[in-house]
Amino acid sequence: MPEPGRFPGYDVLRKRHTPSWNEKTRQVINERLAVPRDPRILTAHEFATVTAIADRLVPQPRSRPPIPVAALIDEKLFKGQEDGFRGEDMPREREAWQRGLAALDAEARERHGTEFLHLTGNQQDALLKQMEKGELTGAAWGGMPSEAFFKQRMAKDIVFAYYAHPTAWSEIGFGGPASPRGYVRLGYDERDPWEAAEVKDGDVEAAHQKNRHVG
Amino acid sequence: MSRPRTRRTAMSDDPRQTPRARDGRAPDVFRPGAWVPMRQYRDEETVDFVIVGTGAGGGTLACKLAEHGFSVVALDAGPYWRPLEDFASDESEQTKLYWTDDRISTGENPLQLGSNNSGKAVGGSTVHFAMVSLRFRPEWFKSRTLLGYGFDWPLDWREMWEYYREVEEALKIAGPITYPWGPPRPRYPYRAHPLNAAAQALAQGCEALGIAWTETPIATLSAPRGLAHPCVYRGFCVAGCSTNAKQSVLVTWIPRAIAAGAEIRDLAMVGRVETGPDGLATGVHYHREGRWRFQKARNVVVAGYAIETPRLLLNSANPRYPEGLANSSGLVGKYLMVQANQAVWGRMAAEVRSYKAPPSLAITEHWNYDDNKDFFGGYCYMSQGPLPQLWANTQLQAHGLWGEPLMAEMQHYNHQVGLKIVGEMLPQERNGVTLAEDKDQYGLPIPRVSYSWCDNDRALIAHSLDFMEKALRAIDARDIWRQEDDTCHLNGGARMGDDPRSSVVDADCRSWDIRNLWICDGSVFPTVGGVNPSLTIQAIACRTGDRIKQMAVRGEL
Repeated sequence: MPEPGRFPGYDVLRKRHTPSWNEKTRQVINERLAVPRDPRILTAHEFATVTAIADRLVPQPRSRPPIPVAALIDEKLFKGQEDGFRGEDMPREREAWQRGLAALDAEARERHGTEFLHLTGNQQDALLKQMEKGELTGAAWGGMPSEAFFKQRMAKDIVFAYYAHPTAWSEIGFGGPASPRGYVRLGYDERDPWEAAEVKDGDVEAAHQKNRHVG
Repeated sequence: MSRPRTRRTAMSDDPRQTPRARDGRAPDVFRPGAWVPMRQYRDEETVDFVIVGTGAGGGTLACKLAEHGFSVVALDAGPYWRPLEDFASDESEQTKLYWTDDRISTGENPLQLGSNNSGKAVGGSTVHFAMVSLRFRPEWFKSRTLLGYGFDWPLDWREMWEYYREVEEALKIAGPITYPWGPPRPRYPYRAHPLNAAAQALAQGCEALGIAWTETPIATLSAPRGLAHPCVYRGFCVAGCSTNAKQSVLVTWIPRAIAAGAEIRDLAMVGRVETGPDGLATGVHYHREGRWRFQKARNVVVAGYAIETPRLLLNSANPRYPEGLANSSGLVGKYLMVQANQAVWGRMAAEVRSYKAPPSLAITEHWNYDDNKDFFGGYCYMSQGPLPQLWANTQLQAHGLWGEPLMAEMQHYNHQVGLKIVGEMLPQERNGVTLAEDKDQYGLPIPRVSYSWCDNDRALIAHSLDFMEKALRAIDARDIWRQEDDTCHLNGGARMGDDPRSSVVDADCRSWDIRNLWICDGSVFPTVGGVNPSLTIQAIACRTGDRIKQMAVRGEL
């Protein structure tokens, strides 16, 4: 299990108006935080399926507002941002997503008589593991290797979307944007006052105190 | 006479949509919203040199040729950034620096393209490179003769030593006072940077195992230079430098080139090199501002790097050259090489926070200079500092983690430490670039890149992983694991040599077949060596510029 609250009270967004964020960074992160919550490329069902997959791949605590992973992926598809390469058997990004999600549903129906979205968490995990190993080979894949879809498209896009969000940065104690101020203290166990403090020797309050002054 | 101020706001300010270098001016990369005057040529004016690409090869050569008095137009498919106002501290946003046009990647070990090993911008991939600036080991220029593998270069290392020096001065490389390996070299222009914890970990591991290490010679400022400030250790180096400490081609050679009279054209994609009735190159067809245009030139230089250079030469096939330009040897697009980029990762009890400072501040080249190994070639390894997206994706792709195990592992982000090689892969004819049937947004056939490792590549990787694991164990890192499949820099695909039958260009980067067609980028490498290639690409460009000047004086152009 993750250790919740290793960086209690740390919020990277508190640095938004400090010299650690230049104007371009503020603009870019503001746009990301305001990403449209309704899909523009994916259908409502596809969008819900992506959310269900993301819940298995990057599970989020219920104690905070969730990172809108599916919305960030829809945004990427909407903008047509691509990786710049694909395997011989891989279609381009939009088509890969649409075909992969349909194929995942087809596999779920074949095994459990219902769509991926409605499976239990354990059933979903089992199916995703088979996908990861390339064991899903139904006709709906249209020749696209399921392991390639998992690694090169689906899981990769989900992980990138999750860790593009300031909430994720706060969660792992990352300093976040750092221009133009940068950092001064570079050695082991050296923390600049505008960096996250982690809990040491179980002293949550001490870390919390330091994190309240990050900015 | 000054221009009306309203001009600036009247134009689109998205440099990916509207070219910035036009109307007699180019962006001033050192001042937000500002411009520098730039000489311009008409398409129908026959310039001395049109250069395709403005990265480490083309940007450097544009500067040298312009300073030698030639008329130069350099085209780049990418935008013309002003880093101070255009760059965010953000991994996602900065993917705008990559070449992400459609490409097919295949073979037994398909390459990942489109990110670290690509660039689409004035300045090429140096706009986001990790700045590691190393000289080749001298023997590598004659690796067939002296070390028994690969191919000899037609260059002499002693001459290259002088050009390395020129580039190190031009970029104000920050490096150690004495370099532990190879023949003596002068002191680096700027002092070395302090070590971050990740670099200290490398140093401690080397000392425990009894091998040398040093501060990495690196192209980011450790003292002020003109309008650029020293590095502030923000750590987003491979996402582009928003403070201009990074000495990319965009902020070094390009401003010099413009000051010397060169014209840079951004958002200008070259689709074909044209040849005339005499078989010589006459200019290039390029796409800019929504239409195809033709720039006339007495000489054409192709500098698109190891994928786009062969692609352009192959896409330029015509009835006289049905197999593509400069390809009588049949070697255009062949002998593509990458470098091995495997890593060993672990976790320290102390906080490392490797996101601070340039990622590779310490290095050992021990295994580049020790020949007591059971494989050919060598490798260096360096400290690492992956940002969260890259790190999480590494955990997914190379460590197989997702779900709760991934989230748990990410909690240790600030404690992780890693060592990563730049390793020499051997040139193989089967690795390379061909044309696919699919077309890109310009209607040009896209490249198909095929890559497969050989046994020697696997032996090198295994040796490096064993050694780096020992180094991490020696500093009491825990939960150590190996990232076994990663590659970095591209080279080869249009190699240089002494013999027209077995090479595409000669030592001067001049095509054997078409004497006014030149290739000046990493694609001319016959072998790849075990160090990052950018310094060598720039040194070759400097040499080529000087050689062209000498040949012009002698009437040999």
